[in-house]
Amino acid sequence: MTSTTERSQRGGVNLARLLMSFGPLMFLAVLIVVFTVLKPSFIDPINLFNIMRQISITGLIALGMTFVILTAGIDLSVGSLLAFCGMVAAVVAKGGTANTLSLSTTGTLGYGWFAALLAAVVVGAVAGGVQGFAITRLKVPPFVVTLGGLTVFRGLTLTISNGGPISGFDASMRWFGTGLIGPVPVPAIIFAIAAILCHIVLRYTRYGRAVYAVGGNAEAARLSGLRVDRILISVYIIVGFFAGLAAFVLSARLNSSEAVAGIGYELTVISAVVIGGTSLFGGIGSVGGTVVGAGLIGVLQNGLQFNNVSSYTQSIVIGLILILAVAFDRWLKSRVRR
Amino acid sequence: MAGRTEGGCCPASLAYNRMIEEQTLPKAAAIVPSPALLTVEGVTKRFAGVTALNDVSLEVRPGEILGLLGENGAGKSTLLKILSGVMPPSSGRIVFDGVEFNPHNPQDAKRHGIVTIYQELSLIPTLTVAENIFIGRAPLGRFGLVSWRRMEEDSRAIIARVGLDLDPATPVSALSVAEQQLVEIARALSLKSRLIIMDEPTSALTETEVQKLMAIMGRLRKDGVAIMFVTHRLEEASAICDRMTVLRDGRLAGHLDREGGPIKLPKIIEKMVGRAASELYARPTQRDVAGDVRLSVRGLRTVRDPQAPHAIVLEGVDLDLKAGEILGVAGLVGSGRTELARAIFGADRIAAGTIRLDGRPIAPASPADAIELGIGLVPEDRKHQAIFAALAILTNFSIAALDRYSNVGFMAERREREALANYRKMLSIRMASPEQAIEGLSGGNQQKVILARWLARDPKVLIVDEPTRGVDVGAKAEVHQILVELAARGIAIMMISSELPEVLAVSDRIVTMRRGRITGEMPGIEATEEKLMELMALDQKQEAQNQEATQ
Repeated sequence: MTSTTERSQRGGVNLARLLMSFGPLMFLAVLIVVFTVLKPSFIDPINLFNIMRQISITGLIALGMTFVILTAGIDLSVGSLLAFCGMVAAVVAKGGTANTLSLSTTGTLGYGWFAALLAAVVVGAVAGGVQGFAITRLKVPPFVVTLGGLTVFRGLTLTISNGGPISGFDASMRWFGTGLIGPVPVPAIIFAIAAILCHIVLRYTRYGRAVYAVGGNAEAARLSGLRVDRILISVYIIVGFFAGLAAFVLSARLNSSEAVAGIGYELTVISAVVIGGTSLFGGIGSVGGTVVGAGLIGVLQNGLQFNNVSSYTQSIVIGLILILAVAFDRWLKSRVRR
Repeated sequence: MAGRTEGGCCPASLAYNRMIEEQTLPKAAAIVPSPALLTVEGVTKRFAGVTALNDVSLEVRPGEILGLLGENGAGKSTLLKILSGVMPPSSGRIVFDGVEFNPHNPQDAKRHGIVTIYQELSLIPTLTVAENIFIGRAPLGRFGLVSWRRMEEDSRAIIARVGLDLDPATPVSALSVAEQQLVEIARALSLKSRLIIMDEPTSALTETEVQKLMAIMGRLRKDGVAIMFVTHRLEEASAICDRMTVLRDGRLAGHLDREGGPIKLPKIIEKMVGRAASELYARPTQRDVAGDVRLSVRGLRTVRDPQAPHAIVLEGVDLDLKAGEILGVAGLVGSGRTELARAIFGADRIAAGTIRLDGRPIAPASPADAIELGIGLVPEDRKHQAIFAALAILTNFSIAALDRYSNVGFMAERREREALANYRKMLSIRMASPEQAIEGLSGGNQQKVILARWLARDPKVLIVDEPTRGVDVGAKAEVHQILVELAARGIAIMMISSELPEVLAVSDRIVTMRRGRITGEMPGIEATEEKLMELMALDQKQEAQNQEATQ
């Protein structure tokens, strides 16, 4: 009796599980086909690489956000933190806040791209760590802490930059935003490498197991000997690190750090993670899903633009897709649990 | 009716005839002394394969307090759920107030006049006392708006009936559990309830609060309200109940009547335990437990946690646990058993006392510390404290031993899978694959995975809290067998359980707890359910006197 019920249960689970992991991917494939049919030049490698470049900034942050959401947390501050880290990177790269508009490629007073990159990721990680500390030690919900962070980091950015942009970096730094390796844009390569590393960490390491466990059931995790607070702080450090990395790439691409950069990015980033199948309640999700989610949003934006759909309508479509994706996910899960 | 005019002129025979007529009318039943308000006849409830309630009958009369007693798993909660409209019976008949009673849902049962007050109170903490009492039926004033003044006045009168003197505008979160309970009772009264079912109402109350609640129950009885008092606390039941109905293994074990004095404890215990219960579990043959003392606890105290003001506080616990021994800890819910386990495991803060492991003093500040030292805990609430429901069995298995199944931070998945495969065989865990989510397993198999989780760490001490809760009968015996085998391998096991047959079946030695203290100890071979129950329910008054004397 048990063996038959178990067997049938297993079959059902497998099919639904399959859909659950590949649902967003299938949806992405369908979208690409539809846009190609509408306009064959959509599938041109140039356009595809363009999409990859476009999604790499929010995609990088989405990788970090995957860790946070897996623990049932959220980080609303990433857009502001990106602007802040970008500004810090600019100050380091140029050796000051002077807004030299000259695009000269040589002989600035700055410390070079590596120092700028280091400054951006360190500031991002520290800022994330501080928020994580507030969440675990002061017991303020992540939503509130990072909502506060959203305002604080924007304010800090405006303060150090006096509200304006800092522009004009040397060629070695700009390469990280605009360069190509073969036909592939450098930002896309950075995103790909980061995604693979994140996938390995979540899928194959002790730390990854702990992240899933904390998100799956924090009390059980504590009673199983995990240091839950440390793990929670660490995921906010990770998302901060990625906000810093994304900031560096964005500044390099635009050849400028804008005080108003990244406004609303938190929503795009969270959408990418959620469309990718990561549960806002924690414990369920994957890096692969997030990459697909980011790709889906990128393809949608690009494809709609390609077909001259206004950006107003784009945002309506993306919002609806977000809701549909989560509804689909829920439906699948209800099928699994039955 | 027309009786008066007729009565004056009619012959006696006519009057006699009318009397006969009245008696045959269904309504006439009301004349018979203390007719039943609620009659349960042959009620049976079957769940997939399990009969939780088997042909149970009882009755409750107006103005009486009926005790409903039985051990865990005797079927009390199932009966309560049926009476309160949570689920229908599989067969049988319930008559309330002369009418067939088939509530569709709890609201329906309430409308008919049966209100159930659960252990977990159903008040909304952020609302005021008055708002809670009138929830969903606020008195309206002019323009159809809520009349706050009337609501407050009415609530004041209503709570006065249960002896509560507080501002109805107080938020419920500011009240003690006892006060909240009284508010619930008051709300039930205001709904014109004629039968109030109280599920373990005293488990979270202090001695004085219990006395007060009893007094109010007595007053309600005088007012003609019927009360069904469901409890573990035999003393309290004996003190206040007019009659008792005892359940055992889902069947009716018998009715007890007051007959002058209070119903005597031994009589209740005899009914509760029966003979069949102890035969369910095979008693162990006495094993040689000559191990050294592994865990030694002296004078362990905890303080009241402001976050959980109603949790039980340990008041100086002394305990020794030997290698290879199974120590059974028997006690009622709220005796401090779980708190003792959590304190040893570093999950709750310790205020005073020492814990020694293999002779060395330890002070685990967190479960992580305790685990490192070689202590494991299978918690009582599997769903909330042990399993990661949506995660794979493999993840659930290895989570406490990640260091053993990894190399420089990377999971050694092959080793991990092999280990799980071994435990799967050893504990005969029935599962589809290591990737299967653990929530798909039966309770017994989930529990085996949790046991495997701790075995993977080779613990010196394993504390199991209610190891067979939510585990079906067949698997229970398997879990017991596993515990005995683990002890034979030298692990010191502390088993907490509220099922006495279980405690008797596997323990080498048994201690009883009550109100944060150890109240007795005996070798498993000498213990009987009667002896344990007496120790678990030590005379409360005597204890209260002791407390006063020390103060």
